[in-house]
Amino acid sequence: MSSTAVATSTDVKSSRAQLEKLVRLALDESKTAGATQAEASANLSQGISLTVRLGEVETVEHTRDKGLGVTVYVGRRSGSASTTDFSDKAVRETVRAACTIARFTAEDECAGLADPDRLASQFPDLDLFHAWQPGMDMLIERARAAEAAALSLDKRIGNSEGGSISSHEGIEVYGNSHGFLGRQAGTRHSLSVSVIAQDNSGMQRDYWYSSDRRADRLESPESVGRTAAGRALRRLSARKLGTRQCPVLFEAPVAASLLSHLVSAVRGGSLYRRASFLLDSLGQSVFAPWVRIHEQPYLPGATGSASFDAEGVATKARDLVRDGILQGYVLDSYSGRKLGMPTTGNAGGVHNLTLEANAGNLADLCRQMGQGLLVTELIGFGINGVTGDYSRGAAGFWVEGGEIQYPVEEITIAGNLPDMFRGFVAAGSDVDTRGNLRAGSILIDRMTVAGE
Amino acid sequence: MKDDTTARDRLALARRTLLEPANLGERELEQLFGRLMQGSVDYADLYFQYSRHEAWSLEEGIVKSGSHNIECGVGVRAVAAEKQGLAYSDEIALPALIEATGAARAIARQGGKATTAAAWRQAETRSLYAPLDPVVSLTDDAKVRLLERIEREARAADPRVKQVMASLAAVHEQVLVARADGLLAADVRPLVRINVTVIAEANGRRETGTAGGGGRYDYSYFVDAYGQARETALGYAREAVRQALVNLEADEAPAGSMTVVLGPGWPGILLHEAIGHGLEGDFNRKGTSAFAGRVGERVAARGVTVVDDGTLNDRRGSLNVDDEGTTSQRTVLIEDGVLKGYMQDLMNARLMKVAPTGNGRRESYAHLPMPRMTNTYMLAGSHDPGEIIASVDRGLYAVNFGGGQVDITNGKFVFSASEAYLIENGKITRPVKGATLIGNGPDVLTRVAMIGNDLKLDSGVGTCGKEGQSVPVGVGQPTLRIDGLTVGGTRG
Repeated sequence: MSSTAVATSTDVKSSRAQLEKLVRLALDESKTAGATQAEASANLSQGISLTVRLGEVETVEHTRDKGLGVTVYVGRRSGSASTTDFSDKAVRETVRAACTIARFTAEDECAGLADPDRLASQFPDLDLFHAWQPGMDMLIERARAAEAAALSLDKRIGNSEGGSISSHEGIEVYGNSHGFLGRQAGTRHSLSVSVIAQDNSGMQRDYWYSSDRRADRLESPESVGRTAAGRALRRLSARKLGTRQCPVLFEAPVAASLLSHLVSAVRGGSLYRRASFLLDSLGQSVFAPWVRIHEQPYLPGATGSASFDAEGVATKARDLVRDGILQGYVLDSYSGRKLGMPTTGNAGGVHNLTLEANAGNLADLCRQMGQGLLVTELIGFGINGVTGDYSRGAAGFWVEGGEIQYPVEEITIAGNLPDMFRGFVAAGSDVDTRGNLRAGSILIDRMTVAGE
Repeated sequence: MKDDTTARDRLALARRTLLEPANLGERELEQLFGRLMQGSVDYADLYFQYSRHEAWSLEEGIVKSGSHNIECGVGVRAVAAEKQGLAYSDEIALPALIEATGAARAIARQGGKATTAAAWRQAETRSLYAPLDPVVSLTDDAKVRLLERIEREARAADPRVKQVMASLAAVHEQVLVARADGLLAADVRPLVRINVTVIAEANGRRETGTAGGGGRYDYSYFVDAYGQARETALGYAREAVRQALVNLEADEAPAGSMTVVLGPGWPGILLHEAIGHGLEGDFNRKGTSAFAGRVGERVAARGVTVVDDGTLNDRRGSLNVDDEGTTSQRTVLIEDGVLKGYMQDLMNARLMKVAPTGNGRRESYAHLPMPRMTNTYMLAGSHDPGEIIASVDRGLYAVNFGGGQVDITNGKFVFSASEAYLIENGKITRPVKGATLIGNGPDVLTRVAMIGNDLKLDSGVGTCGKEGQSVPVGVGQPTLRIDGLTVGGTRG
């Protein structure tokens, strides 16, 4: 195997000047083309993803992407266009395409850039960029070690979808015709293993991954592999459950999905379209009274950290839910204007939304639940954002006397999200910090489990 | 092959778009393959792609936004036995391609003599759709008027309609595949789509309905020569309203195992999830699918025949040629209940020592190809749909669905109903809320008790995701009665 360096000759950070120039050109061209306001964003990213299966390298993918997106406003009409071609000619054509669209879209009094006084002016270093150039040999070695740790844990781990490792770095420059120009650069490194356990009862697959902005903070290959294998093994001989109502405990890696349903419901776009199950709920009791959910945009090194949002607005640490009461919505400038409220700095989404723990680890939560369903996997998309009706496929474990009894599968869990939110009993301290939505395991008082 | 001239025309068109601006001719391609086919590399291909995408969306009665995106690039893949290397460039130019070949072939042992390239030959491709550019097939003004017309149709259908969201999208894509074995294949793939979502409100309750459709056409599929919206397009608006109104009346869905009757058409998502993914060649070569090693075994009731068919005219999932230069085909997956074979791309077919089936697809030049479905459907049976409903004492009749998902290893799959009714004593009685249905892929089709005579394909809205890659697909089926599927409602 050759030891080709992973990152190619271009250092992503050194591309900053090129991207800034491109954004300025797009803004200038927009003005020339008759736009009254414009915004542009240019990005560049590169990396490598590699999979080792049964000890052999299976795939190596070198990624290198770039793009420029422009939105123009001609009065109160808007148009957008994007391209992957960074030539001056392509930039001009992209601006022209956006302006052409803006001739045909309707007047919209809420359209336009963020208000200038909301734009970020402080750009603290959030510790988001940690390049890693380990060379192909080291990547292969780590992926192989992670998979080997899984395969050697138990003889019932007989097959594998592989050990994978990836390292990516990217930079984005956003600018608008208010004179704002901001840059964000970041890295993301991941190590994962997916293996198959098999016995007389059949096959079960499970996986584990570690992901961080810093390669030296990744879990060890041995730990990732052993966790993946353990998760696959414990699913063997799963049974169905009879249909019943019972408490449901969402294990941390799947619990964050409940926060995503909250975000969808309080996002400005869902609210002004009246397509949400949490309409007019500001200041209302939406969760059990102990619940605090807050945004932490300035958390150093975290996945969702950013000092400005997708339209340049300064982000703010804040409570979204305090004492169970909804404190604010998730707004960008447009949806804010539609609702007669200021933007909350959430164009492009929330930043490290975190559910505060009020309980111990998963074992403590199982004891607290006593008897009920521990859900470790959810499949399907059975969520109705307008009514809050919730019905998803699940797999996990039946718990009795506070202890796991046996694995279960081919069941569904169903309820209504407003009821489920009010039914939050506890949130564990086992917070999954790999993603932008950070929650520990969540215990809900009662849901309908459908099975045999 | 129906039309060799058109295939040649498509190749000429793709060369003009993708190769000639970069001064790439056969000599340059040979130079690249000379660099790629060294050491243990036994196969390589280049995938050139240009795609233009536009979208327009309406809400609150006005078209607020529109977007236009251009994506262009080339993917370089080197294969050595089970190893694959991919590198790509969003600039089609010889220096960038040379750099990418170096990265792609790094998976293989170095040294050894370069394999000499075979003579170039043109792939056999079908002519299932015209080489159209839908983006320019209608003026922007007319696109806006079409969406406004759809909105009016939905509002006029019922005063309880409070919100209408409609979108119009088109893709014009040209691809050219050049393979180390000398094959050159090209395709020009148009794709259009309309989606309509409405929210209806009554007595403080709000519910949604969604409909849409499209295919490998230009916008004349939706608008006639006089610029008027066709019934096809207006029908989506009325259908979305109808679903929302039904849901306004819906009670809690039942929970537990019961007989389920699935309506024809889009409920064929059952086949896509329950067996389709499990029959993709990669999972079966690796032995990670619940269907691995089961060719020749009974996996469905008698009378059940399921095909994957990329050769249907103008369908969303159809391909003149797949993304590896293999002519698309109709592949029988299950015949009269017996598993016949898998869907293959080139690499998995070679490793499993079977023929490729034209299912090698990739989202774009930046992704590795893998076995993917095209249009997957079950052939019609003999029962009248009314007879099937009448045969059920108590059960669920599900006619519209959202998405689905499968765990191919343990075979468990879900798909979520968005319009469903209770069947009581052989009659459809009242609507119930949407619920997720869950089952076990390897045995669900053995529980098919009756097959309708009303095979229908979906209207052209399906998108399938696998390992982070999305591709357009189609599904279809006749009305089906399945005994013992778990319904994930709230009423136990």
